[in-house]
Amino acid sequence: MAESHGGGCCPPMDLMRSEPMQLVQVIVPMESAHLTVSYLGDLGLLQFKDLNSEKSPFQRTYAAQIKRCGEMARKIRFFKDQMSKAGVSPKLILEKGIDIDFDDVEVKLDELESELVEINANNDKLQRSYNELVEYKLLLDKAGEFFASAHRSATAQQSEIESQQEGEDTLESPLLQEDKSIDATKQVKLGFLTGLVPREKSMVFERILFRATRGNIFIRQSVIEESVVDPNSGEKAEKNVFVVFYSGERAKSKILKICEAFGANRYPFSEELGRQSQMMTEVSGRLAELKTTISAGLDQRNILLETIGDQFEQWNHKVRKEKAIYHTLNMLSLDVTKKCLVGEGWSPVFAATQIQDALQRAAVDSNSQVGSILQVLRTKEMPPTFFRTNKFTTAFQEIVDAYGVAKYQEANPTVFTIVTFPFLFAVMFGDWGHGICILLATMYLILREKKFSSQKLGDIMEMAFGGRYVIFMMSLFSIYTGLIYNEFFSIPYPLFASSAYDCRDTACSEATTIGLIKTRDTYPFGVDPVWHGTRSELPFLNSLKMKMSILLGVAQMNLGIMMSFFNAKFFKSAVNIWFQFVPQMIFLNCLFGYLSVLIIIKWCTGSQADLYHVMIYMFLSPMDDLGENQLFPNQKIVQLTFLFLALVSVPWMLLPKPFILKKQHEARHEGQAYAQLDETDESLQVETNGGGHGHEEFEFSEIFVHQLIHTIEFVLGAVSNTASYLRLWALSLAHSELSSVFYEKVLLMAWGFNNIFILIIGILVFIFATVGVLLVMETLSAFLHALRLHWVEYQNKFYEGDGYKFAPFTFTLVGNEDE
Amino acid sequence: MYGFEALTFNIHGGYLEAIVRGHRAGLLTTADYNNLCQCENLDDIKMHLSATKYGSYLQNEPSPLHTTTIVEKCTLKLVDDYKHMLCQATEPMSSFLEYIRYGHMIDNVVLIVTGTLHERDVQELIEKCHPLGMFDSIATLAVAQNMRELYRLVLVDTPLAPYFSECLTSEDLDDMNIEIMRNTLYKAYLEDFYKFCQKLGGATSEIMSDLLAFEADRRAVNITINSIGTELTREDRKKLYSNFGLLYPYGHEELAICEDIDQVRGVMEKYPPYQAIFSKMSYGESQMLDKAFYEEEVRRLCLAFEQQFHYAVFFAYMRLREQEIRNLMWISECVAQNQKSRIHDSVVYMF
Repeated sequence: MAESHGGGCCPPMDLMRSEPMQLVQVIVPMESAHLTVSYLGDLGLLQFKDLNSEKSPFQRTYAAQIKRCGEMARKIRFFKDQMSKAGVSPKLILEKGIDIDFDDVEVKLDELESELVEINANNDKLQRSYNELVEYKLLLDKAGEFFASAHRSATAQQSEIESQQEGEDTLESPLLQEDKSIDATKQVKLGFLTGLVPREKSMVFERILFRATRGNIFIRQSVIEESVVDPNSGEKAEKNVFVVFYSGERAKSKILKICEAFGANRYPFSEELGRQSQMMTEVSGRLAELKTTISAGLDQRNILLETIGDQFEQWNHKVRKEKAIYHTLNMLSLDVTKKCLVGEGWSPVFAATQIQDALQRAAVDSNSQVGSILQVLRTKEMPPTFFRTNKFTTAFQEIVDAYGVAKYQEANPTVFTIVTFPFLFAVMFGDWGHGICILLATMYLILREKKFSSQKLGDIMEMAFGGRYVIFMMSLFSIYTGLIYNEFFSIPYPLFASSAYDCRDTACSEATTIGLIKTRDTYPFGVDPVWHGTRSELPFLNSLKMKMSILLGVAQMNLGIMMSFFNAKFFKSAVNIWFQFVPQMIFLNCLFGYLSVLIIIKWCTGSQADLYHVMIYMFLSPMDDLGENQLFPNQKIVQLTFLFLALVSVPWMLLPKPFILKKQHEARHEGQAYAQLDETDESLQVETNGGGHGHEEFEFSEIFVHQLIHTIEFVLGAVSNTASYLRLWALSLAHSELSSVFYEKVLLMAWGFNNIFILIIGILVFIFATVGVLLVMETLSAFLHALRLHWVEYQNKFYEGDGYKFAPFTFTLVGNEDE
Repeated sequence: MYGFEALTFNIHGGYLEAIVRGHRAGLLTTADYNNLCQCENLDDIKMHLSATKYGSYLQNEPSPLHTTTIVEKCTLKLVDDYKHMLCQATEPMSSFLEYIRYGHMIDNVVLIVTGTLHERDVQELIEKCHPLGMFDSIATLAVAQNMRELYRLVLVDTPLAPYFSECLTSEDLDDMNIEIMRNTLYKAYLEDFYKFCQKLGGATSEIMSDLLAFEADRRAVNITINSIGTELTREDRKKLYSNFGLLYPYGHEELAICEDIDQVRGVMEKYPPYQAIFSKMSYGESQMLDKAFYEEEVRRLCLAFEQQFHYAVFFAYMRLREQEIRNLMWISECVAQNQKSRIHDSVVYMF
């Protein structure tokens, strides 16, 4: 365990290092194992290793208990389902401190479930007969209507015929009368069936009936407007009432079968009107009766569900907790004597006493005769990375972790990211008006933090809320840079003093700087507002922002290389300092550090030198005279030295390191054979616990190629990364141009029409454009670019990011997991 | 457009192919089966399956489980997969997917008709039907008395209607007739499917031809073995063989006159791909034949995944899942009846 701190020259920088971890072994007697794990879960500082990974889930020690938990979880899901269907919401308050017994809960859940199932079954039965009656009633209604109308039309026809007969009594009457009498005698008794059929099947139903009886049926359907609850499935369905007339017994049996196949419910129906009305009253009476019975049943059910709801959350929590405990217990391996469990896991060094304490408490509370044993193991395995964060730093740590989790004890970029990230964002998003808008929005999130953190938020909202402190910092910094750029929705304000320049005479126009003379002291903070809107605004700001981006970029890249120095110092790797850090420093600073210095000199002296020219000809023809581009005496000699140093540092980076590593490896290998004898007992222990520490492979060609890639990447990267920082300028330019377009082309133009409606429309468009484009999309794009600058340009100088996160066993997450 | 599927396939089929390959990754592996074989009771099986794709389908089942529940839930998963793919598919893939379920439809029709013949309850029969082979008026099948009625009443609305043209008789339905009907339908179905795949062309037709030819040959062998000793004439028997496949036409001639299993074997050993299957068995044995065929089929189905840009992967996935469900059913039955020694008799490992 690398517990020792870095060398004496620099501070230990605890802030940047992940917590020192240790692999501990816990030996717990069987009887107190459950309580121990439970206490450790409350503590949440131990990450158990799975010692039984080769066993399948049901072969593990506590498989039976996990099955019990699964069963109970199923019951709880059943309750939840039932409660949400009945509209009963469980009490959300979790009463802490009440310890409920697991076995009691199981018995209770069992009882409640069977009770609930029974009540449900009874209710279902009642509901079913109720639904049947409702259907029956509807059928009586509709079919009655049908028969009545048929009767009416029949009588109407009859009377028509009769009236016709009366009119034409002369010729045809005897024949017709004869016909009628024959009809009456030969009349076949038509049977009929009535019932309800689901509407989507009604057409097929009719068709099949028609086919099956070869068209010898007469069917009438009428639509029921409101949907009906089907007695069999208990679901709402749209249905039709049908009446089928048929002749013959065979047809009847066919129709019956088809009805059955289509799930059509048949009900008896009588042709006589008297019987109909009698049945109607009967059905209505029974319906009313059933309704009261059902509502009584529902009340009883609701009472039961409410009693469940009172303790629901507690049970739910308990069951989840138990399940987590047993899952963890399954990771421990059983001792040969079967009297104790042995567990291994990672924990931070500082937590040792707390864990010890938890073990003791568990031993005492469970009346165990033997205490648990905690011992530290030595291992060569890479420990997990654990940073202690608070609600402010978490979001920044997440940003870094999204790229890769830091290697154990590697310098954590987050520490600087907290400042540099919002700052680089603000360089691209410099407008103190927009900054204030974002500040207000994020203040709302921060002030209502307590409320928001307890409830579930939407996807996007969740993200904004999680990053509220990042956004807060970003807005503060963009107010700051906005003041420097002197932008407020692209309107300049002479906040700190009035402008340093004045018109020479009254005739000078605003759109030009010619004719301005300096009358006061230089504007004290940021850009002089008088630049705004002038013809030379863009050239001035571009030059300023471009140079500033390069300065910031070179500074941040230097910081990255410095971090690699601290890493090398911490891991005591002299090779990395002398053959990586030093040449890298020289290379970067001889080229781009020099450029930065030139920029500053140019700013200070107001020289007219062309820096592009200087840089380009420093490479192309270093021996040429600088001429008017000379910024300081002896510049040529300085440049030649820098160029020479930069060229030398490339092979310096490339060649020595692989050879030195090879030598070191050989030396270590030779020494090993002798060294092991001195510390036999120690190494034996390592062998048994850590699973042996086989010789690491050393492949020279691989190391060399790796170093070659690394060198090329750095050399090319120095150029491309510096260029990449120019995005700061580009985005900042885009932002200020966009906001000035919205201000001038929308707001000012609308103002110019002197029409109140156009003004209102103009203001609305301006507000939506500002919020939608500038505050949301621009924020997002500036955020992404800042992210990239950190992940690529800054972190590739030092960050390995190949560690894994410390994931302790804790109950705080157990409650949140959703299935 | 043979060989150029890569250009255009992904426009319509890319998403679904990705989906189906994802599903394939969810099939149980040999390691899973080994673990399942060690289960002591059905709850262990549930626990093990909860770590697989079946997890969400089984988690809400109350504890004393039955084999039927497990099979039902696993089939539900297959059906859900299928429905998801079907509703995403465009022509001609949707037709291809529809073809896959016709086989189940035939089985369901036969099941219901046989059931009604033996006077079973229709509702009970419908529960036994494979959900993939369901159609609207399936329950009405119970009404029919003979083949013609069956066709006229119900099946004329279903995609199976064209297959019926060959077996329309007015004879009353009995067990023998139904079995002949099943095989005639299957023959027509396989031939139609084969033609459809040929029409699709490209890798689909290549791979599907192979898979369907195997299916046809297997059916031919099974028909032969099952009809030995029945009153089915040689001509009738020959009529039931599908008109394609490795055995067509000469193998069919020889199979048609076989009188016992060893003669069948003699015929089949002339065909190299089937030689391996039959050489595993001792003479006169036919129990292991099913398993041997299943194993060969699974091997071929797995090979279908080796090639990209064709529809056979959907067919292969559905078949593999069905095999997997058969495996699970066998394992569950063995575990439930404490016959763990027999588990390996019928389980076909896939990967």
